Amino acid sequence: MSWTDQLCVRSVLCMALATRTDRRPSFARTVWDSTVGKKTVMAVSGLIMLLYLVVHMIGNLKIFFGAGEFDHYAHWLRTVGEPFMHYEWTLWLVRVVLVAAVVAHAVSAYQLSRRDIRARPGKYAHRKARASYATRTMRWGGIILGLFIVWHILDLTTGTVHPGFRHGHPYRNVVDTFSTWYGNVVYIVAMLALGLHVRHGFWSAAQTLGVGSRTRDRALKTLANVLALLLTVGFIAVPVAVMTGVVS
Amino acid sequence: MKLTLRVWRQRNADADGTMSTYEVDGISPDMSFLEMLDTLNEELIVKGEDPVAFDHDCREGICGACSLVINGDAHGPERTTTCQLHMRSFKDGDTIDVEPWRASAFPVIKDLVVDRSAFDRIIQAGGYITAPTGAAPEAHATPVPKPDADLAFEHAECIGCGACVAACPNGAAMLFTSAKINHLNVLPQGAPERETRVLDMVEQMDEEGFGGCTLAGECATACPKGIPLMSITSMNKEWLRAARKVKR
Repeated sequence: MSWTDQLCVRSVLCMALATRTDRRPSFARTVWDSTVGKKTVMAVSGLIMLLYLVVHMIGNLKIFFGAGEFDHYAHWLRTVGEPFMHYEWTLWLVRVVLVAAVVAHAVSAYQLSRRDIRARPGKYAHRKARASYATRTMRWGGIILGLFIVWHILDLTTGTVHPGFRHGHPYRNVVDTFSTWYGNVVYIVAMLALGLHVRHGFWSAAQTLGVGSRTRDRALKTLANVLALLLTVGFIAVPVAVMTGVVS
Repeated sequence: MKLTLRVWRQRNADADGTMSTYEVDGISPDMSFLEMLDTLNEELIVKGEDPVAFDHDCREGICGACSLVINGDAHGPERTTTCQLHMRSFKDGDTIDVEPWRASAFPVIKDLVVDRSAFDRIIQAGGYITAPTGAAPEAHATPVPKPDADLAFEHAECIGCGACVAACPNGAAMLFTSAKINHLNVLPQGAPERETRVLDMVEQMDEEGFGGCTLAGECATACPKGIPLMSITSMNKEWLRAARKVKR
């Protein structure tokens, strides 16, 4: 408390001056130090990842048009923006943005969760199942998705955990992954978790960013459900197609 | 009506509490929940035992003093305050669990009484206008559009009971804080401190150790005054606007 504030506390007449007069921290500092601000970081980073996922899902569907088209598309991803961008520059730019989004999202989630758990240490003796399944599984769902991303990159980008991985032959590698039972299980579980995560996450992001309203609520909830369903179905279509022999 | 009560008993703030079982007989369905507890306490006093401590004041649903989590619901099964909850909402022979609000920011003082002074400090951070108003001004001196007046009133209905915190899985005070901010921020009288109010009150809310919002919606379901969940969306919008706008 500054000396002016201390003076004010003693005087009722001074009430009008008892507002903060100290310098406020920067915008970034204000955002990062506040629960409301940190949720904004989660909302923005979440929306960046969501946008990427929609593009990624549409790209994946090229697998239904044969190895030629799929591999050609994969190669094109490295030459996007040429001649302005050098080979793979755009790809790396996207990767950098995505890593930043994942880190910001995860760090905020971790810090907010720690705070939430501290704020509510004791459980009620009489417990009820309440909020929707999607809402209650946000934290575990997020952890599952985080682990999945690591596995997914090691499996289909670097090939580290992928025996017989061949660089430059994504079609072959994808079919290879989904020819193993664990490849399918890991992928499908993760995509179901993704659907649930997006279902609550998209609508929540709208509320956090203050764009939700009574008149828009139904539209936002519908959009969240449609996005969740499209992403889950679109992504799961690939392993199902490999399993059923539609893609081989 | 004959009922079995399982009530949280805790000698003081530092003691460990437990759920204790009591039988009460001769309860009329027309009694309020608090009158039922009065009956129990009279019996306990006659027996020479320590009566159950609980908060109450107006007993007409407008002061916000009464609390209690009844069978896992803040203020019990009806959308009203505990004092306005009648025993006809229960059946003869029921077992009823009665617990205090549970949140780190609301420490138990004794039995079912918690310290809600954290709310007072949030109000002190900005839940007022600084203009010296003197006597009640002429009502038409400051024109307020009807929709704004209605919106302000909807938020002003908050009685600060803390049911939102008690119901929130994260022990968050977002609904209370948002109701108090929006109530003043939509009115011309609240306009001069529109930005500092939201920044300071949210900062105080965080300082008190409340959790963050995960949009589970439990608060709005529990609120005896029907403060809508969208109140939090409006606060987020106000906060983001203020964080960008306030001069540094």
